[in-house]
Amino acid sequence: MRALKTAILSAALALGIAGAAQAAEGVHIPKQSWPHAGIFGTIDKASAQRGFQIYKEVCSTCHAMHLVPIRTLAGIGFTEDELKALASGYEVQAGPNDAGEMFMRPGVPADRFPSPFPNDQAARAANGGALPPDLSLMAKARVGGEDYIHAFLTGFEEAPAGVTVMPGMNYNKYFPGHQVGMPNILMPDGVTFADGTKATVEQQAHDIATFLTFAAEPHLDARKQMGVKVILFLIVLAGLMYAVKRKMWSTLH
Amino acid sequence: MAQAQASKFKNPVVNWIDSRLPIFTMLDHEYNHYPMPRNVNYLWAFGAIAGIMLVVMIATGLFLAMQYSSHTSLAFDSVERIMRDVNYGWLLRYVHANGASMFFIAVYIHMFRGLYYGSYKAPREILWILGVIIFLVMMGTAFMGYVLPWGQMSFWGATVITNLFSAFPIVGDPIVTLLWGGFSVDNPTLNRFFALHFLLPFVLLGLVILHTAALHVCGSNNPLGIEPKGPQDTVPFNPYVTIKDGFAVVVFFIVFAAFVFFMPNYMGHPDNYIPANPLVTPAHIVPEWYFLPFYAILRAIPDKLGGVIAMFGSIALLIVLPWLDTSKVRSCKFRPIYRQFFWILAVDAMVLGYAGAMPAEGAWLIIARVGTFYYFFHFLVLLPVLGKIERPRPLPNSISESVLKGGGHIAAGAHAKPMEKA
Amino acid sequence: MAQTTHPPGTGGHAASGDGATRRDFLYLATGAVGVVGAASAAWPFIDSMNPARDTLALASIDVDLAPVAEGQAITVTWRGKPVFVRHRNAKEIEEAKAVNLGDLRDPVADDARVKKPEWLIVIGICTHLGCVPLGQKVTDPRGDFDGWFCPCHGSHYDTAGRIRKGPAPANLVVPTYAFTGDTKIRLG
Repeated sequence: MRALKTAILSAALALGIAGAAQAAEGVHIPKQSWPHAGIFGTIDKASAQRGFQIYKEVCSTCHAMHLVPIRTLAGIGFTEDELKALASGYEVQAGPNDAGEMFMRPGVPADRFPSPFPNDQAARAANGGALPPDLSLMAKARVGGEDYIHAFLTGFEEAPAGVTVMPGMNYNKYFPGHQVGMPNILMPDGVTFADGTKATVEQQAHDIATFLTFAAEPHLDARKQMGVKVILFLIVLAGLMYAVKRKMWSTLH
Repeated sequence: MAQAQASKFKNPVVNWIDSRLPIFTMLDHEYNHYPMPRNVNYLWAFGAIAGIMLVVMIATGLFLAMQYSSHTSLAFDSVERIMRDVNYGWLLRYVHANGASMFFIAVYIHMFRGLYYGSYKAPREILWILGVIIFLVMMGTAFMGYVLPWGQMSFWGATVITNLFSAFPIVGDPIVTLLWGGFSVDNPTLNRFFALHFLLPFVLLGLVILHTAALHVCGSNNPLGIEPKGPQDTVPFNPYVTIKDGFAVVVFFIVFAAFVFFMPNYMGHPDNYIPANPLVTPAHIVPEWYFLPFYAILRAIPDKLGGVIAMFGSIALLIVLPWLDTSKVRSCKFRPIYRQFFWILAVDAMVLGYAGAMPAEGAWLIIARVGTFYYFFHFLVLLPVLGKIERPRPLPNSISESVLKGGGHIAAGAHAKPMEKA
Repeated sequence: MAQTTHPPGTGGHAASGDGATRRDFLYLATGAVGVVGAASAAWPFIDSMNPARDTLALASIDVDLAPVAEGQAITVTWRGKPVFVRHRNAKEIEEAKAVNLGDLRDPVADDARVKKPEWLIVIGICTHLGCVPLGQKVTDPRGDFDGWFCPCHGSHYDTAGRIRKGPAPANLVVPTYAFTGDTKIRLG
C-alpha cells in the first residue's frame, strides 16, 4: 500500500538520519547489559548505591556533580535519616553572616553535592591543566552513554608500540584521541562494599555507570513505568477509534 | 447527508450568539459540513496531525517557559531543574524536544504527500505557498528553540547558522552583529531567541489558520487529483474524517510516546548535555535531523555565498513550484514517468540527509554534490520538461465512479472498506 | 462538536435495535476513554505549576536563637516569607497576657501563640493585604500596642502579634515550628 510505504519510508528517513548522526562519532564502544535497559528496565539500586560509594570515595576528589542535590539519592533507596547523616558529612559554603563573611556549615539533603574545586581554573591548576568534567550528566553527555563510561573506566592500558603518550597523559582505548589526563583510578578492591560484593574493576565500572545513569536521569524508572501505561492506553484508544471509524464508514454506500 | 439549516441551533445561548456573531455557523460550515473527497487516504491525516503537534508544542512550551531562565548563566541549569525538580518537568521537556521532531516528521510527510498528488497545482497555489511559509517559520522556531538549553550544540548551532548571513557581501557582517546583539553569540542572543521562540509559534498558528482558510476555498485534493463533481464524491468532514484523523493522531501518538518514554534522547545529541563553552567547538557539529538535507546542500557548494544561496534557494524554489510543474494532471497515479522521479527525489532527500550528518569530506562530499544537483535538476528542469512530454494515463470520470468500481490497486485507502491491516 | 451534527453513522438505513445499541455503546466507550486520556494528559501540565522538589526541600530550616538578646528581634526568611522572631522581655509578655480576650478581633490567648513565653515567632506578613509590618528594629514604629505597625494601611499588632486596630482581619500567622534545643528552632 503506497500510503503505508511512504509513512514507513519517512519514519526510516528520520531514524536513519538520527542513527547516522550517532554513528558518525567513530570509536567502537562495547555494549554492556544493563538492568535499566529496555522497556521494563529499572535502575539496579544496590548497584547504584555501590556506584555512589565509589563516587564519594574516589571520583569526587576531582569530579564535581553540581546539578545533583543530595536528596536525589532517595531514588536509589537512601532513607531520610541516611540522607541527613550523609549530607551533614559535607561542608557547604553559606553566608554572608552578620559580619559579612562567608562561612562553612554542615550540609543538608537539599544541598547539591559540593564541588571539589571552587572554579574551573582551580580545577585545572590542580590537575595539570586538565579539567575533570562535571559528572551530573555524564551518562547522557557522551556518545554511548553508560556503555561509554564503563568502557572508559576499564579502557586504560599500556600504549601500543609506536604511540608516544605525552607527559602527564594516560592511554585509554576508548577515549577519543586515546590520551587522557585522568589516570587509571579503579583498583581491584580499591573500595570495600558494605554488601560484600567483590570490588573488581569490572564491577566498580559497572556500578559507577549505573549510578551516573541514575544521576543523569533520576526519573528514569518513573518515565518508563508511565510510558508503558501511556502506550497501552493509546493502543486501546486506537483500537476503539478504529472500530468506530469502521462502523461509521461502513454505512456509506 | 442530513443537511439541516446550518444557522439554526438547538441551544438558545448558541443561537443568541450566532445571530450576532456567526462563529457557530462558520464552524458548522467549515468543520462539520466541509465536504471531503471520500477517497482520501491516511496520508491526508498528516495535516491534522501537524496541527495537533503545533498545539502540543505550544502547550508544553508555555509550561516550560514558566520554569526556564533565558540567561546564559542560568539557562542550562534551569533546564536541568526542569528535568529533576519540577513536577513532571522531565515529561514536559521530553514531549517538547521530541515533539519538535515529530512535528517535522508530520510536516515532511504532509509535504511529500502534496508533491506526490500534485496538491500544489491550480487552484491551490496560495494554499501551497502558505504551507512553504509555515515550513520556513517552523524551521526558524525550531532552530531558536534548540538554542535555549544553552548546551554545546545550542551554542555552536547558533554560531554557525547566524554566521550564514555573513556570506552576503557588505550587509552580511552588520546583519550578523545585529542578530547577535554583540560580537558573538551571547546573552543578548539567547534572550532574543527566547522572545522570538515564544512569539513565532503564535505566528505559526495564524499562518495555519490562513492555510486552512485557503484550503476551504478550493477544498481538499485527493489521490485521484480530480475535483469532486457532487455530493456523491464527498463525505461531510464530521464525523467521517474527524474519526479517521482522530484515529491517525492516536496511532501517531503511539510512535511519539515510544520516543518520549523509551528513547527520549535518540533524536538529540549528547553534546547538548554539556554546557555551552564559547572556547571549545565540539568535534562534530550537526544540526537536528530535520535540517540535515539543507545542511548537506549548504556544504556541497564549495563557496560560502554560493552555499548559502543554494540552501535558501532549495526552499525558496518550493514557492514557485506550482509554476515549475507544467503538467495538467495532478496525481502521480496518472503520471507514470514522473512517479519514478518522485521516488528518486524522496530517496535523494534521504541521501542528502544522511550526507548532512556525515563529515563533509571524501565520498560524502561527492554524494552530497550529486544529491544537490539532482534536487535542483528535479525541480528546475525535470518538472517543467516532463509536464510537456509525458503522456498521462486517462483520468477517471469521477471519484465515485473510481471508488465504486473498486478499480484501484493502489492508494485509494479510504473507500468503504478501509485498509484491511496496519 | 456543534449542534446540528447528524448522529454519527446514520446513512439513511436504520440499523436494527440491537446493532444500534452496540454501536452506541462503542461510541460512548470511545468517547469516555478519550475524555479520560485528555484529563490525565492535563494533570502533568497543572502539577508542573505546583512547588517543585527543590522548593519543597527547602521548606524546613533550622534557626539558632542564641544570639538574639532579650528585647531584640530577628527576621529570617522561610519559604520566601519573612518570619519575625522576637525575644520578648517581661513587660511585653505581661502586656500580652493581660489583654482581655473579649476585646480582641481575633481572640487567641497568648499561651496558644507561643511555645516558650519569651520567644514569639510569627510570619511577618500583615493579614490585610500582605505588606511587611514595621517593628523589628528598635527605631521602627511599633504601633499603639508595642508590637508591630503596618505602614500600608495602618494595622496595629500587639506583643503577641494579634491584630488590635486597623483593617487587618486576623492575627499574624504563627508558622509551624518546634524547639529542637533550648535556643534552636526548626521552622516548617
